Amino acid sequence: MHNKDRIKAFFTLLPSIILIGIFVYGFIGNTFWISLTDWGGVAALAENPVRNYAGLTNYIDLFTGFLGGGFRQDLVNAVFYSVLLLAGAIGIGMFLAILLDSKPRGEAFFRTVFLYPMSLSFIVSGTIWRWMLAPQGGVNILPEYVGLKPLTFRWLSSTGTILEFNWQNLLQLALYLISFFLIIAGLRWIKHNPNRALKWLLPGIALGGFAWLGGDLLPKALFMEETHGFNTATFGIIAATVWQYSGYTMALYLAGFTGISQDLRDAAMLDGATNTDYYRHIALPMVRPITISAVIILSHISLKMFDLIFAMTGPDNGQTGHPALNMYLTTFRANDFARGAAIAIILFLIAATFIIPYMISSYRQRRAGK
Amino acid sequence: MKTKISISTFALYGTLVLLALAYLLPAYLTLTTALKLPADISLPHSWELPPTVNRTSFSEAFNLLRPNIVNSIILTICATFFSTVLGSLNGYVFSKWKFPGSELFFTLFLFGMFIPYQVILIPLFQTLRAMNLYGGLPGLILAHVVYGLPITSLIFRNFYAQIPDSLMESASLDGAGFFYTYTNIIFPLSIPGFVVTSLWQFTQVWNEFLWGICLTRHSSNPITVGLAQLAGGQAVSWNLPMAGSILAALPVLLIYIVLGKYFIRGLLAGSVKE
Repeated sequence: MHNKDRIKAFFTLLPSIILIGIFVYGFIGNTFWISLTDWGGVAALAENPVRNYAGLTNYIDLFTGFLGGGFRQDLVNAVFYSVLLLAGAIGIGMFLAILLDSKPRGEAFFRTVFLYPMSLSFIVSGTIWRWMLAPQGGVNILPEYVGLKPLTFRWLSSTGTILEFNWQNLLQLALYLISFFLIIAGLRWIKHNPNRALKWLLPGIALGGFAWLGGDLLPKALFMEETHGFNTATFGIIAATVWQYSGYTMALYLAGFTGISQDLRDAAMLDGATNTDYYRHIALPMVRPITISAVIILSHISLKMFDLIFAMTGPDNGQTGHPALNMYLTTFRANDFARGAAIAIILFLIAATFIIPYMISSYRQRRAGK
Repeated sequence: MKTKISISTFALYGTLVLLALAYLLPAYLTLTTALKLPADISLPHSWELPPTVNRTSFSEAFNLLRPNIVNSIILTICATFFSTVLGSLNGYVFSKWKFPGSELFFTLFLFGMFIPYQVILIPLFQTLRAMNLYGGLPGLILAHVVYGLPITSLIFRNFYAQIPDSLMESASLDGAGFFYTYTNIIFPLSIPGFVVTSLWQFTQVWNEFLWGICLTRHSSNPITVGLAQLAGGQAVSWNLPMAGSILAALPVLLIYIVLGKYFIRGLLAGSVKE
C-alpha cells in the first residue's frame, strides 16, 4: 500500500527530473563540448554543421589571443561591475533596512517606494535610465535646481579608464590579490589568536614579496602590452542596477531584523548598548546568512547581466561591454558558436565558484535538519 | 534629552524622505516625459512638467506594442500555469514523500536556478530548432516552464513543510493514497502557495528578455523585445519609449502594489534558506 504510493510519488517527480537533467545538466555538458570545437562560420546553421574538435583553442584565444582584447575588457568590466554592485546594493540596502527597522511612521509606504524598482524588467529600467543619464539633461542638470553648476559627466559614453593594469602581468596581479586576502584574514585573527593569525600572515607576506621581487620572472599572459581597467562609462549602468536592487537587499535584511526577538534588543539596550552597538554586535552578525544569500544572488545577477546594458547602451558599445553581451553577439550575430560557448562556460565557471559551495552547505544543512 | 530625540527623529525622517524622492525621480521623469508633446521634450527642460498634457503617446505606444503585449499575455499565462502546477506536485513529493536521494535531487534542481542562462542558450536554441519549436511562443513557453521548475518547486516545498506531518499520517491511516491526499488535503491548503508562486513566475516571465530575443521571430516577440526595439532607434522621440515603458511595467507594478505581501514572500523564498 505505502510502497505503491512511494512509486507514485517518484513517478510524479520523474518528468521534472528528466527535464532538469536534460535542460540543465545535459545542456551545460553540450555547451562545454561545443566550446571545444571549431563550430562557426557561414555554414554554422546548416542542417549538419561541420564541427571539428579543437581542444582548448577557443579559451586560449579568448585569454591570450590577438583578437580577444574586447572579451578581456568585458571580463574586467564584469569584475568591477560585480564588486561595485555588491558594495552599493548591500551597503545601501542595509542602511535602508536599519532606517526602517526603527519602525518610523509610514514604514509600509517607504518600503514600497524603495522596493518598486525591483519589480520592473531590466528593459524598462534601462530605457528609463538611458534618458535619466542623457549628457545634457536628467541627473546631470539636477544640481541646477539647488543652485549648483550642472554636471558634465558622460555617464554612458565617456571613454575614460581608471585603475589601469597590464594584462601581461595577470599572474602577478593574481598573486598580489591572493596575498592581500591572506594578510586581511591574518589581521582579523591577530587580536584573539596570534598563532592562527601567523598561519595566514606568513604565506600572505611571502607570496606578496615573491610577486613583487620575482614578478618579472613570471610568465607573461600575453605577447604584447595590453592595458585594461575600470571604464568610467559603466558607472551609469552600476547606478541603475544599484537603484533597482538595493530595495531587494533591504527587504532581505528587514526580514532578518524582524526575525530577531525584541527581548534580545531590549536586553541589549538595558545593558547600555547604543543603536550602533546593537546593529554592529548583535543584529548584523545574526543576519550573516542573509548577507551570504545576497552576495550569491547579486553576483549571479551581475554575471548574467544582459538586458540592462542592452537597453542602456545597445549591445555593441565596447566601453560598457559585458561577457554576457559578448556571448550573444559572438553566437547569434557573428555565428561563432564555438567561441560563444566558450564565453558561456567561462561565465558559468565563475558563477559556479560562488554557487557550488553555497549549494553544498545548504544541502548539508537540510540533511542535518532532518 | 527631549531635543536630542527630536533631532534624531528629524534626521531619520529627513533621510527617508530624501531617499524616497531619489527613488521616485526616475518614475517622475518617465511619467512627465510620456505626457509631453514631442516638441516639448528637450534635455535642459527634462524635469519640468509638461506645458500641455499629451495623452496620445500612450495609445500610440499601445498600438505599436499591441502584438507584443498579446504575445506576452499568452506566454506569461501558459508558462506560469504549467510551471506552478508542476512546482506544486514537485514540492509535495520533496516535502511529504521523501525517498532516498530526494534531498540530492532537490539540490540538483536548485542549481538550475543559479546558472547564468547563457550556458544553456546554444543547446536550447538547437533543441528548439530540432523540435520545430524555434521562433514561436510554444518553444519560449517550454523554456520558461522548464527553467521555472527550480524556483516553483522550492517555494512549494518550503510551503508544504509547514503543513504538519500528522495530517499526512491521519490521512494515510484513513486509507488515503498519494493523489487522494494531494487533491483533498494538500491542494485546498495550497492557495497562498499558488498565489505566491504564480505572482513570482508571472513577473519573471513578463520581464524576461534574453530568451525572448534569442528564441523568437519578430511576430512572436514578447513585450520586452518590442520595447527594446521601440526605444532602440536613435531617431525616436522620447515620449514613446517612456509611454511604452509604463505600459510594459504596469502589470507587474500593479501586482507589486496591490499584492506586495505575496510578491515579497516569493522574493524571500528564492533567497533565504529555510
